[in-house]
Amino acid sequence: MLYRETGDFKSSYATDQQTFPIRSERYLFWGAMVIAFLVVPFFINDYWEKSVLVPLLVWSMAALGLNILTGYCGQVSLGTGGFMAVGAYACYKLMTAFPDLNIFFVVILSGGVTAFVGMLFGLPSLRIKGFYLAVATLAAQFFLVWLFNKVPWFYNYSASGQITAPERTIFGIAVTGASAPPWATYLFCLTLVFLFAWMARNLTRGTLGRSWMAIRDMDIAAEIIGVQPLKAKISAFAVSSFYIGVAGALYFSVWLGAVEPTEAFGINVSFLVLFMVIIGGLGSILGSFLGAAFLTLMPVLLKNVMVGGLGWPTDLAAHFEIMLVGGLIVFFLIVEPHGLAQLWRLVKEKLRLWPFPY
Amino acid sequence: MVLQARGHGVSPDFLNFIETVLNGLMSGVMYSLVALGFVLIFKASGIFNFAQGVMALFAALTLVGLQTGQVPFAHLINAILGTDIHHWGPGLPTVLAILVTMLVMIALAFLIEKVVLKHLVNQEPIILFMATIGLAYFLEGMGDLMWGADVKALDVGLPSGGSFWWEDVTRAWAPEGADYFGMYIDTLDVSAAIIAVVLVVALTLFSQYTATGRALRAVADDHQAALSVGISLRSIWVIVWSIAGFVALVAGIMWGAKSGVQFSLSLIALKALPVLILGGFTSIPGAIVGGLIIGVGEKLAEAYVGPIVGGAVENWFAYMVALAFLLFRPQGLYGEKIIERI
Repeated sequence: MLYRETGDFKSSYATDQQTFPIRSERYLFWGAMVIAFLVVPFFINDYWEKSVLVPLLVWSMAALGLNILTGYCGQVSLGTGGFMAVGAYACYKLMTAFPDLNIFFVVILSGGVTAFVGMLFGLPSLRIKGFYLAVATLAAQFFLVWLFNKVPWFYNYSASGQITAPERTIFGIAVTGASAPPWATYLFCLTLVFLFAWMARNLTRGTLGRSWMAIRDMDIAAEIIGVQPLKAKISAFAVSSFYIGVAGALYFSVWLGAVEPTEAFGINVSFLVLFMVIIGGLGSILGSFLGAAFLTLMPVLLKNVMVGGLGWPTDLAAHFEIMLVGGLIVFFLIVEPHGLAQLWRLVKEKLRLWPFPY
Repeated sequence: MVLQARGHGVSPDFLNFIETVLNGLMSGVMYSLVALGFVLIFKASGIFNFAQGVMALFAALTLVGLQTGQVPFAHLINAILGTDIHHWGPGLPTVLAILVTMLVMIALAFLIEKVVLKHLVNQEPIILFMATIGLAYFLEGMGDLMWGADVKALDVGLPSGGSFWWEDVTRAWAPEGADYFGMYIDTLDVSAAIIAVVLVVALTLFSQYTATGRALRAVADDHQAALSVGISLRSIWVIVWSIAGFVALVAGIMWGAKSGVQFSLSLIALKALPVLILGGFTSIPGAIVGGLIIGVGEKLAEAYVGPIVGGAVENWFAYMVALAFLLFRPQGLYGEKIIERI
C-alpha cells in the first residue's frame, strides 16, 4: 500500500513517538539515504560537489543549528555568520596546532568551542527577548568577525589574513585540501549531517526539546510549570551553536578551503541561514533541509538559466537573483508562513485520506 | 574667545576631545535620521522594518537617476534587446527630481501595503520582520537593476567641506604657539543636523495637530481600539510607510551627499539598530537621543580605544554598548515598560 493510517491506531508509546509512523515514508527515507550514501558517491564530480551537494549539506547543518535555537526555542539570532566563523577558526587553529588529530574530532571539537562562545552570547537572552535579542546577537556577529580580522593569532600571522585548510585524511583518504576527491568530501559531510540530524531529531522530542518548546510558546508560563529558563535557553544556545560551529568548520575546511572573515562570514550569511529556516519551516528538522535545499539550488538554477541560457552578463544576473530571492521570500511568507515543511505536512494529510477523501 | 580673554588657552587635548564629541554628535544625527524611520513604522504597525536602510538607498538611487537623466533598467533592456541606451536627456532639476522621488516612494508604500502587508495581517512579528528582509533584498536588487550598481555622486546643492570659520575660531582657543590648527567640522554634517531637527519638529507637529496625525497616534496606541472608532488601518499603513519613505529619502540624500550613493548605504540600517535598542523601539525622542549617544560613543571609542586594540572598533562598539545597556534596561531609554501576563 502506498499510504496508510487514517486514524489513531497506536497502542504503545514507542509507536506514538515514531519519527516515521507510516511505512511508505520509512521506505522513502531509507531509500533516499541508500541513494545518498551508496549511489551518489559513484557519480559525483567536481562541479556537483563544490556548487551543489557539499554547500547543500553545510547549509543544512547550519540551518539545523539555527532551527534548534529559533524554531524550537524561539530565540531569534542574527549571529549565525559570527558563530560559523568561530567554528571555522577553531577548526583552523586545531588543525594547525595538532596536525595528528583526526579531522573528524577536529570538527567536533570546533563545534564544542563554538558552543561555549554561543553560551556566552546567549546569556543576554535571559533578560531580553524578541527583536531586542535579535539585535543583541548582531553584537556577536560584528564583534566576532572583527576579532578574527584584527587578532593575528587567529590566522597564524599569515600575511594575507586568510586561513587555508591543510590536507587532512580519514582512513588515509584526504577530505580537506585541494587534492581531496569529491566523493570523499561529500561522504564526510553527509555522514556528519546524517549523524547530527538524527541527534537533533532525538534531542527535540526528548525532555530538553520539550522544555525548549515550552519556553518558545510562552516563557513565563513555562517558568511557572517548572521549566528552568536559564537551563533551557542556555542549552538551546549551546546546542545550536555547536551545530553552527560544525557547519562553519565544514564550510571552511571541506567546502571553501580558504576563507577571509569579512567575505565569508558576513551578516549576509546570518540572513541566508535565517531565510533557510523560515522558508523551510520553523521548528522542523525536515524544514531545515528543505530550506537549505531551496536556497542553495535556486541560485544555481537561476544562474544557469540567466547566464548560461539567456546569455546575460553576470552582474545583471546577480542583481536579478537578489531581487528574485527577496521576492520569493515575501511570496513564500504570504502563501505559507509556516514554510515548506508545512506544505509537506499538508500533502501527507491529503495522502492519508487518499484515494477516498471525504 | 571668552576663553582666550582669560589669558591662558585651553589645552589642545581637550579641544581634540571636544572635536571628537562634536563630530560624534553630527554622525549621531545621521543615525537618528535612519532610526526615526524605523520607529515610525514600528509604532504604527508593530513591524520592525528592516528595509528602511535599503529604502534610503533606493530613494537616493532614484534621485540621482532622475537628476542625471538615466534610463531605468537600461542595463537589462540592453541585455535583452541588444540596444545601447543609457540616458534620456540632461535630467531633471534637483527640486523636481526630489518631488518625483517622493512620488515614487509614496507609490512604493502603496505597493508594499497592497502586495505584502495586506496578506500578512495577524502574522507573528518574526514573520513580518522576515518579510521586510525579503523586501530589503528585493529593493536592493531592483535598485541595482534600475539604476546600475556603480557608485554615484549625489549633489543637491548643500554646502560641503570643512568650515574655515569654525577652524579659525577654535584655533584661537588654544594657547599661543601651541601645535593646534583648529577643529574640523563638515558643513554638510551641520546642514544634516539642521534638516534633522526641522524634520523632527515637523513630524511632531504633524502628529500632534492634524487629524491624520491623531489617527496615527491612535493606531500606535491600540490597533483594535483605533479600528473600532473607524480609523482605516490600511490607509494609515500607507501613510506611515510614505512618511518612512520620506524620512528614508532625507536620510538617503544626506548619506548619499556625504559618502556617495552605493550599496553600503543600505548598511546604515544596521547602524540604526543599536540606536533603537538604546532609545527604545517606540520612542521618537529615544531615536534622537540614542543616535546622539551612539554617535558620540563610537567616535570617542574609535579615538581613544581604537589605537589600543588596532582600530575599526566602530563596527561593533555600538552593538556592545547596546548589549550592555539591554542587560540593565531591556526596554531602552524611553521605551514602554514591558509588562507580561499569561
